[in-house]
Amino acid sequence: MNNQFSRRWVAFNTLLTREVRRFLRIWPQTLLPPAITMTLYFIIFGSLIGSRIGEMGGFTYMEYIAPGIIMMSVINNAYANVASSFYSAKFQNHIEELLVAPVPNHLILAGYVAGGTARGLCVGLIVTIVSLFFTTIEIQHLLITISMVVLSAIMFALGGFINAIYARSFDEISIIPTFILTPMTYLGGVFYSISLLPEFWQNVSLLNPILYMVNAFRFGMLGVSDIAVEIAFAIILICIAGLTSFALHLLNKGTGIRN
Amino acid sequence: MKALSINNLTKTYSNGFEALKGINLNVEQGDFFALLGPNGAGKSTTIGIVTSLVTKSSGQVHVFDTDLDIDPEIAKSHIGLVPQEFNFNGFEQVKHILVTQAGYYGMPTKLAEPRADELLRQLGLWEKRHTAARALSGGMKRRLMIARALVHKPKLLILDEPTAGVDIELRRSMWTFLQAINEQGTTIILTTHYLEEAENLCRNIAIIDQGNIIENTDMKSLLNRLDKETFILYLTEPLSSDLVLENISFQQIDGTTIEVEINRDDGLNHLFSLLNQQNIDVCSMKNKANRLEELFLHLVEKSEATL
Repeated sequence: MNNQFSRRWVAFNTLLTREVRRFLRIWPQTLLPPAITMTLYFIIFGSLIGSRIGEMGGFTYMEYIAPGIIMMSVINNAYANVASSFYSAKFQNHIEELLVAPVPNHLILAGYVAGGTARGLCVGLIVTIVSLFFTTIEIQHLLITISMVVLSAIMFALGGFINAIYARSFDEISIIPTFILTPMTYLGGVFYSISLLPEFWQNVSLLNPILYMVNAFRFGMLGVSDIAVEIAFAIILICIAGLTSFALHLLNKGTGIRN
Repeated sequence: MKALSINNLTKTYSNGFEALKGINLNVEQGDFFALLGPNGAGKSTTIGIVTSLVTKSSGQVHVFDTDLDIDPEIAKSHIGLVPQEFNFNGFEQVKHILVTQAGYYGMPTKLAEPRADELLRQLGLWEKRHTAARALSGGMKRRLMIARALVHKPKLLILDEPTAGVDIELRRSMWTFLQAINEQGTTIILTTHYLEEAENLCRNIAIIDQGNIIENTDMKSLLNRLDKETFILYLTEPLSSDLVLENISFQQIDGTTIEVEINRDDGLNHLFSLLNQQNIDVCSMKNKANRLEELFLHLVEKSEATL
């Protein structure tokens, strides 16, 4: 049993190391673009437009949007890392290196998700450092802030994995980020409080899981939120459990990877 | 002990194609085994199922007595695969590929690195250890796949056409290498289109055609079944008159070349005495085709005729 545990631990670490090495090796594609894009968000929405908007939730507009922008970069990069890495492994057939090895499916999933989470957190840290050039950050609830950013990265890394399993071309790993993830992020309370919306749209917004992540993360940093943090944690944990089960089901069936 | 035991294995693909129709196959520990068959016969599907790349429809696979369904981790840990197509990440460095693969088998870096170095030296890839795999030549890529398959010291090595497209010098050095690791105890299963390769290396053989095993025996017995051989004879001087070879089937290709079909029981002495009587000197001769190739074609044609 011990032997099996140590073998699995080495396999998991190997997969995680390979994933981290991959996104570090291609840092101009993985780490630099979000830093530039988010800097532009801070300049345009925070400094130029934000100065005319005034306060929101008792904070300057720049302070208010900073947690949302950090969370947006974490979500996008966790998703993109797993989607592109796993799909590339399928496309180049080197996924076979893993499939022939004694690595159980749950470890394959865990390794890729951990790699995606690592990139999400790495980019989150970079964007946080960038944000310090524009505003000050005082974290009100450290544990909530850290657990929410980690859980959000895990959830979207799982989403990226499922996307990659189904994808049959590189186009199919960009469709969901472009047409679903980006609109959900923009409408998820990154740039505004949903209290500004009419009641109908407030209720519609509550169907968007990103709203819960952004608000719970904002609560951790600023102490203000449009929704109850407990509900946010419950929803994210339920989503993670559902996505994990579904991804494992697909792996066990061999969907998209085994003939 | 059996290195590999396959029972009633079937595979029907989603498009309805029946690739395997209930095959049974046993490979003993320490064997050098050839799995031959024409394109689309079911070789790669069989190997795919054994190595978990293809999902079977029914049947059982045991690797060193471990059921692949019941304990896949143990069963898979015994196997090393050299696939037909290059399937490594071309952007990764050669040594990283080996160390990563060893890691998937639970070998920690401190053990994987010296093992990778050892294989890189043995297979002539040491100088390229820090090169991205995509920059290697075709022959080096083949050797990298062999090194990768061996990095975790598997007891069963499966090679799916490892020498396809490889030049003769490299092919022969690969044969020597494979013979050496077989002598050290590694069981080897080889599929190849070069029947000379199978004849030279393998002790036992199975021939698969249209999803059925049509022959499964030892190489010696199989070759003994060859009742006729065709030879090409090169003569020292052009024939001055019509050649007469009683009870021997022959054909004159050109003035100095003849093709002769010899019954195995008759041997070659009778042919040479007839040639001597007519003062015909032979400067050299060769088999028209590899012996296994003749048998292979015969068996496959027979199998297709009965279907």
